[in-house]
Amino acid sequence: MRNHFLIGTTVAAIAGCLLLAITSATAQQSTAYRAPRTPDGKPNLNGIWQTMNTANWNIEPHPAAPSPVRELGAAGAVPAGLGVVDGGEIPYLPAARKKQQENYANRLKLDPEIKCYLPGVPRSTYQGMPFQIIQSTKHIMLIHEFAGAVRTVYMADQTEAPADSWMGWSNGRWEGETLVVDTKGFNDLSWFDRAGNFHSDALHVVERFTPRSAETINYEVTIEDPKVFSKPWKMSMPLYKHVERNAQILEFRCVEFVEDLLYGHLRKQPAK
Amino acid sequence: MRHRTRSFMRGGAVALVLALAATISIAGQTQSTAKPAAAKAAPASAAAAGKAYKAPRTPDGQPDLQGFWTNSTYVPLERPNNVTKEIYTPEEAEAAIKAAAAREAEQTEPGTTADVHYDFSQFGLDRSQSKFAMNLRTSLIVDPPDGKIPPVNAQGQKRAQERAAARKAAGGQYDAVENMPIGSRCIIMGGAGPPLMNAGYNANYQIVQSPGYVMILTEMIHDVRIIPLDNRSQPPSQVRQWVGLSRGRWEGDTLVVETTNFNGKNAFRGASENLKVTERFTRTADDTISYKFTVEDPMTWDRSWTADAPLVKTEGPIFEFACHETNYGIANILAGARADEKKAAEQKKGSN
Repeated sequence: MRNHFLIGTTVAAIAGCLLLAITSATAQQSTAYRAPRTPDGKPNLNGIWQTMNTANWNIEPHPAAPSPVRELGAAGAVPAGLGVVDGGEIPYLPAARKKQQENYANRLKLDPEIKCYLPGVPRSTYQGMPFQIIQSTKHIMLIHEFAGAVRTVYMADQTEAPADSWMGWSNGRWEGETLVVDTKGFNDLSWFDRAGNFHSDALHVVERFTPRSAETINYEVTIEDPKVFSKPWKMSMPLYKHVERNAQILEFRCVEFVEDLLYGHLRKQPAK
Repeated sequence: MRHRTRSFMRGGAVALVLALAATISIAGQTQSTAKPAAAKAAPASAAAAGKAYKAPRTPDGQPDLQGFWTNSTYVPLERPNNVTKEIYTPEEAEAAIKAAAAREAEQTEPGTTADVHYDFSQFGLDRSQSKFAMNLRTSLIVDPPDGKIPPVNAQGQKRAQERAAARKAAGGQYDAVENMPIGSRCIIMGGAGPPLMNAGYNANYQIVQSPGYVMILTEMIHDVRIIPLDNRSQPPSQVRQWVGLSRGRWEGDTLVVETTNFNGKNAFRGASENLKVTERFTRTADDTISYKFTVEDPMTWDRSWTADAPLVKTEGPIFEFACHETNYGIANILAGARADEKKAAEQKKGSN
């Protein structure tokens, strides 16, 4: 009996080890992908990329919901999403969660996206439109279709943010296969999504771009903002490469699309 | 730098120009000049003196145009009416720069209505406060030889009249946001091109290259042009953009960029949406890119015209220009116009 027990345990232990080995081998396989190199020997992230998720509607898990604009019917309705926040929920400080809920309730008036404002980080990545990475040795450009938002990631000549801005001030470094982009110097005006998730000007974003195949990148983000969150938190999602031969970032100069919305009430009225 | 007084900056810039002008020896050559470092102009003069300059290469072998550049200049696009020569002597160039700087330094009378205006020299980096390309030309236009934009043909005149009539029909400039200048609306700087046209202040560009692409970031209204170099075909004619669509190729050490598919809403010098702009970028010194552009639009001009408007290296970085996001001016101007109308209506009522 005793022996049987031992054998049973050993088998279970071996099986367990095996399983662990298989699991880590799988994990290893995906992390061990070695990207093609640029001529200066760095992992090549050049290309036009886009996310394929509902994070711009809400980075937290959410059910499908009707359109916030009645006239848009099903075309403007919210698709359900499993969320992109590690652990599901954002660790808001209690007052901040309340503010997020107010933002949500007033989103048609408050969401900076509706006003064609620069989207901030990391919303620019998963806002739904493509962005292009132009990678050189000293500067890596992230160029977004939405509002022509652009970031320079300084790989050399790094400085502190000269002043606060919408897209922040980004310094980058390579950690093996991963491009790590450290961004500070944000204003407190951008949101994370259409659900009113927000941050303050103490926001510190660290993004990690790790190639996982020729046409996908693992995109992981650490968010730190002690004025709004009780602890740092993460989101992660894949980026997919546009493989169409003629793919290109086109103009989405949305200012003229929102002028009537923003300034229409200041229009001269016909004389009565 | 932007918070210092205007008179100090102007005085400094003019003095520097005068000091540097002594080193200019070859007519028409390009030199850089700037406050911080007279020494920095040296490589340009060495190169321009006739030694074959070999541009550095990017890791993938393209001639390297990367860095921060400006096309700020005191040279006007068109030759002034009272000037007949193509190239100034250094002394004449100094005098022209001095006169232009003095005009810009003119101050409005404090306490007057005229004094209430956006001061580009305080809220932007105008020519006297930033690096500018030294150029002895009397006009940026080199062809036609008279240095002027060719006469607008009948089609072009008709279109200009139609545009003017449409503007008039839309009402007064302050009646609605759509009637205001596109630069004030933060859509794009009026006349921004392509071609690269200096905006009068903060005329800064960042060029970044990756295999198969050249990217040009314009500081003003964070305008980005991504130029593919892979000989892809031009997009369908239905796809039209404010900045057109650009295709590039290397001809030896020269980047040649052709741009079409304009939407005609920021009509470059009255051009139609069939405008074609061909730009030629050649790095001729560590701190200089020769930049020439040719403008063709048979619906506006019976002949093409060409300008020579060099870029000179400047210091980065370029900071975010979030123009629209804090465009209080446009709302305030429109609200002011409505308040004026209300006041006038009340006065009218009162006098009745």
